[in-house]
Parts: sequence; structure tokens; C-alpha cells
Amino acid sequence: MSEPVTWNKKDLLGLEYLSAQEIAFILDTADSFKEVTTREIKKVPALRGKTVVNLFYEPSTRTRISFELAAKRLSADVINIAAETSSIKKGETLIDTGRNIEALKADIIVMRHNYSGAANMLARHLNISVVNAGDGWHEHPTQALLDIFTLREKLGNIEGRSVTIVGDIAHSRVARSNIWGLTKLGAKVTVCAPRMLIPVGIEAMGVSVTNNIDEALKEADAVNVLRMQFERDEQGAFPKQMEYFKKFGITEERLRRAKPELIVMHPGPINRGIEMSSEVADCPQSVILDQVTNGIAVRMAALFLVSQARDIKNEDPH
Amino acid sequence: MKILIKSGRVIDPANNVDDIRDILIDNTRIARVGKGLNNGADKTIDAAGKIVMPGLIDMHVHLREPGREDKETIATGTQAALHGGVTTVLAMPNTIPAIDSAENARLIASIIRDTARIQVLVCGAITKGRLGEELVDLARLKKEGIAAISDDGSSVDSPDILFKAMKKARELRIPVICHCEDKTMSAGGVMNLGANSTRLGLRGISNESEYKRVQRDLSIAQRTKCSVHIAHISCAESVEIVAKAKKKGVKVTCETAPHYFSLTEEAVLDYDTNKKMNPPLRTAGDRDAVRQGLADGVIDVIASDHAPHTVAEKEIEFDRAEFGVTGLETEFGVSATYLVHTGLLDWAGLCRKMALNPARILGIDKGTLSAGSDADIVIVDPDAEWAVKIADFASKSRNSCFLNERLKGKVIKTIYRGTVAYSAD
Repeated sequence: MSEPVTWNKKDLLGLEYLSAQEIAFILDTADSFKEVTTREIKKVPALRGKTVVNLFYEPSTRTRISFELAAKRLSADVINIAAETSSIKKGETLIDTGRNIEALKADIIVMRHNYSGAANMLARHLNISVVNAGDGWHEHPTQALLDIFTLREKLGNIEGRSVTIVGDIAHSRVARSNIWGLTKLGAKVTVCAPRMLIPVGIEAMGVSVTNNIDEALKEADAVNVLRMQFERDEQGAFPKQMEYFKKFGITEERLRRAKPELIVMHPGPINRGIEMSSEVADCPQSVILDQVTNGIAVRMAALFLVSQARDIKNEDPH
Repeated sequence: MKILIKSGRVIDPANNVDDIRDILIDNTRIARVGKGLNNGADKTIDAAGKIVMPGLIDMHVHLREPGREDKETIATGTQAALHGGVTTVLAMPNTIPAIDSAENARLIASIIRDTARIQVLVCGAITKGRLGEELVDLARLKKEGIAAISDDGSSVDSPDILFKAMKKARELRIPVICHCEDKTMSAGGVMNLGANSTRLGLRGISNESEYKRVQRDLSIAQRTKCSVHIAHISCAESVEIVAKAKKKGVKVTCETAPHYFSLTEEAVLDYDTNKKMNPPLRTAGDRDAVRQGLADGVIDVIASDHAPHTVAEKEIEFDRAEFGVTGLETEFGVSATYLVHTGLLDWAGLCRKMALNPARILGIDKGTLSAGSDADIVIVDPDAEWAVKIADFASKSRNSCFLNERLKGKVIKTIYRGTVAYSAD
């Protein structure tokens, strides 16, 4: 028997920093919380008396709501701070903002930030827990965890499976977190995008790269279709929307050439007719809404585990 | 006042000396160097087991005054220099205002006169406001005692303006220091471009943005026959380009900074902003090429690029943090640890890179221990190990990329113009 897996990290910053066992442990914990979300009374007292602060430096509706619901179902008190305009402009540093939240005796900061590494920096300076809800282009660990959770639910296992990620890989934290998580669990990952949206040296993360979507789909058990954020194309790297759909859009025709049981995922919100056709978004293989539902269980697991790790650390006399 | 430095291992490559000698200082100058000197000193320093070298000359520092006295002043920066064994610095002109006129040159000269604890030479700007558009009046700056010119922090983008600047500088015999960076390629970048910038989700700065500009500046130097010095070389291609230019007879010298031969981009993996500088830390291959360049003599000078910043400018998100690290207080220890104790350079070699060559490039009569020269001397313990601690910094800032690192080779005493200006014990 191997050592029993325990969780001892006060923060969840990215899947790069977790072992395969730790990732599986979060997913297993999420399994038990998913059962809670199917009950009539969808609430457990696991975080009663704890305070979760959602500190969002970037506008986000779905991730914020998902974290808020997750915290509430664990009976935590929740405060939402939309910080994108307030503190930065007044000149307060992120660390000072974090220290103030810590001084208010909050237990967990869930942070979305537009700069890569912001969560790492905050966690280094605070004793309370930090859960990364997306930092720049770097990581979005709970999104990848819910993607992998959904895949595991549908496929039974991850090891040996082929997963293709399509879209703006260069600027995607969802892509990076999925790549770390999936490769650690033994999946084969292919990324597919126009050349300009494949970042330098991505192969070093253990993925195959292609610019041909049909090739990328041929062997895939699942395809994770990223949102194309045309509004953020600062360097003019994006193709035109129609051209993108023609070359990379997931259509029923393309699905017909892929494995019949290919799972279609999307982190949302979908641009129908750009990343995928409406028919594909709504097809039986699409698990997009399951992902949303699973997001709550996965985030409950994340909040619960980091909080527990911190309690254990605080009790430790050393 | 006569001071006798007794029984130290004297390293003085200008005079081909590496031997146990005594040095007699008479007031501000070195009176004699020899064996068994004994005559009538007021004070004797026992340097047995220590190395005695010319005071270090750091030809790339940012002292921030005038304009950003919250980061550093000429007083605190030169005190930091003394801690690091440095007795002469060349202060870069990116002050506020920039050193781009006779008036501003006089302003900084008066602060230096009143507050500097070592010799501070001033580097003037190449263009007004360092904006790359309008040439400064070089002849007038020269009259005010400017030792070199550079738009440091910026490269002169227009080849035409740089050509004119180099032509004029050659006439006036002023060295031109080039910060080589093509900002159309590097803009927005915060670390080395490659697999690690991809992994971290940070925008990258390519080697190309540096070496293409080195290449361009050297071709203009060749056409104008001007003496140029390339600042802070960080990548393999730049080393190679300079080596080729030297072979062709271009009057070029170059420098690197201690972090480029000791650290790699891996140091940035936890988003430590004290490892953020421009040019950025590169790959192990680049670091090795810089080491080889130092060993081969392609790289003439080690300079710190001392760039102090406040906590509020550094302890923030990686993208938003200022570029630059302090270095005056660690450059000797880092160089001893990574170059001498590894066998890449001997002590005489290190002395050339950190004293003799900068003196020659700047055309000053320093960097040696010849009788009659200024008694600028550093005594170091070659084998003493020490840890870099914030509490020990004399600099106003603490953004060192070597914090808590253990180094081997320690400055024990710094003598400036015959006075013991710093003593570690």
C-alpha cells in the first residue's frame, strides 16, 4: 500500500504545483461534495464560521458566482470585492490589500487578477489561504479541475486518454492549467491553434502541437474548446472571426470525422458560430453545462481542503 | 598620515604583480610598493592572508540623484559602493532631470562635490531627455567633465542620430556607451522569451531584441571609428557579435553584470520581482556564453548596473514591477564566487574586469597600485563566506537578486584616497 494521500497546502495557486495524487485527492473530495449538491438541502457546515473573500480584479460573473455558491454551500460567510477600479487606482498595493483582508480575520481569499503570478505573490506574503481564480495567462486551477472532474465522470479515467485543446493557447490560463493537470494524470494532450496563438516552447509542457483541427480531433477522446477573446486582441494576432470558424471551429461535419463518443467541452461563455456551431454546443456529446454544475463541487473541495490545511498548520506548535 | 598595508597578496595586473608585498600610503597617494617596507608609518594594517587590489571601478550605476532620492542618493549610493570595495563609479544620466545639458551637469557635479564618498564620474546623455531625438551639446558637456555618454535605459533608435553622435564623440574623444535594445521587439516583455515565459504566462524579451541592436550599433561604430562600449551583455549571440567586431578591429569594449554569469531565467519561476531586470536573466546556455566571454577576454568589464528601487515599485505584480536590481554591495562577492572560485578567472583577471579595464576605457589614471597613483585600494578576504542580508545594505534600496545567498570572497577594507573609508570589522 502506498502512503495515504493527505492535503497540506494552504493555497491553491496552480496545477503545476500539485502532484497527480493531490489532484486526484481534490477530485475525490469533489465527488463527495457533488452528492451534497443533489440533496434537497444543499448545505453542509464544513466552513461554518469561516469567511471567504472573493477579490476580483477582473470582471467575472460565472467564476465568481460558482465560488460564491460553493462557499455558501459550505456555510462560510462570503464577501465579494470587485477591485478592478477601486484600490489599484488609489495606489494601494496588492499585498497591502491582502494584508487588510487578513487583518479583518478572513480565512480564504479567492482572487481573480489580470497579471500572471499575482496569486503566487499574494500567497507568499499572507498567512491566510489564497485560491487562484485565474491570474493573467498563467493558471486557472479550479477551471481545469472541473474540466478534468467532468472528463473523469464521463470517461471513467484520465490516464491514456487523448485530450485536444483548441483556441488561443498563448493567452489562456485555462489551457495552461489543463495541460499541467491532464499530463500529470497521464493523458496525452494536443494543442491546436493558428500559428500566432501557439506560444514559444509550449512543447516543453509535454504537449503535441498542430495547426490542423481535423488532425487534432482524429484520435481525441475529448476536445476542450477555448473562448476566443477577440475583444482582447492587442497585438493583432487573431484571424478574422469567420476565417477562424472555417479553420478551427468545431462543426457537426468535423465531429463526424472524429471518434463517435468524442466529448465536447467549453469553459464558457461560448461564442456560438465562432469556436463551435450552435448544433455542436447543444449536441449530446456536449458536457458544457455539466462543467458548470461540477464547478461548484470542485470549488467546494478546493475551499474545504485549503481551509483544513491552514487549520492544521495553525495547530502545529512548530 | 602614512599607512602601511603589510604582507598582503598584492594583485596589480597593470604592473604584472601577483605577490606578497607591502604598500605604503602617504596621504592620498601610494608612496611605495615593495617587500619588507618598514619606515615610519602612523598606522599599519596587517593584510596577511588577504588580497590587496586597486579599488574597484564600476562603470554602470544608477545613483538616482537628482530626482529619485527616495530610491538612492549620491551619499547612500557611494556608501554602498564603499561596502562593495568600489572607489570609482560612473553614474548613468537617467536622473530627473537627465544629464543632457551643461546646467544639469553642473547640478549633479555640485551634489557629488558635497556628498559623494568616492570618486563619481558622470555619464552624460546622448540626446535631450534621453528621447533619442535631439543631440546634446557634446562639446559643452565635455567641458563640464562628462566622462562618457549614453542614453542608458534607452537605445538611440535612429541610426542617423547615433551616427552623428558617434562622429562627434570621436572628435571629442568621448566613449559612447550603448544600451542595446530594440523596443519594437521587446515592448511589453518582462522576462526572457522562451519555454519559461510561456509556462509563467509572461510576455517575453527575445535575445534578438538585444543582439540585433548590438550588431547595428557596432556597424555604426565601425563607420565612425568611434570607441564604443556595449552595456550589460546578457546573451550568447551578443558575445559572439562583439568577438567578431573586435577581430575586425572595431574599437569596441563591453561589459556584463554579475547576475548574467551567476543566474538564469529559472530564478524567475516563482515570480520574484527581485529577479526582474532588463535585459532579463537568460538561459543556462547564455549564462555559459557570458562566462566563456569573460574567460576569453571578449567581455572586458564587470559592472553592477546598480538599479535601486523602492519597495512600492518592487513588491508588486511581476508585470508592474520596475526593472533592475541593486548590485554595488554584492558584485565583488558574486564575481569571486562564480568566476574566481570556479577557476574561470584568476584574481588578476578579476582585477582587470573590475578595475583596470574600466579605468582604461574611461581614460582615468586609476585601476593600478603604481607608486604615485591615488591610494584607492580594496583589501579582501578571498575565502571568507558571508550571506547577503538586507540589514547589512548601505543602499537605500534592497532589491538585490542575491538576497540570502551565500558568497565566498568578502570586502574587508576599502581605502579611498588614503583614508580607510569602510571596514567590515
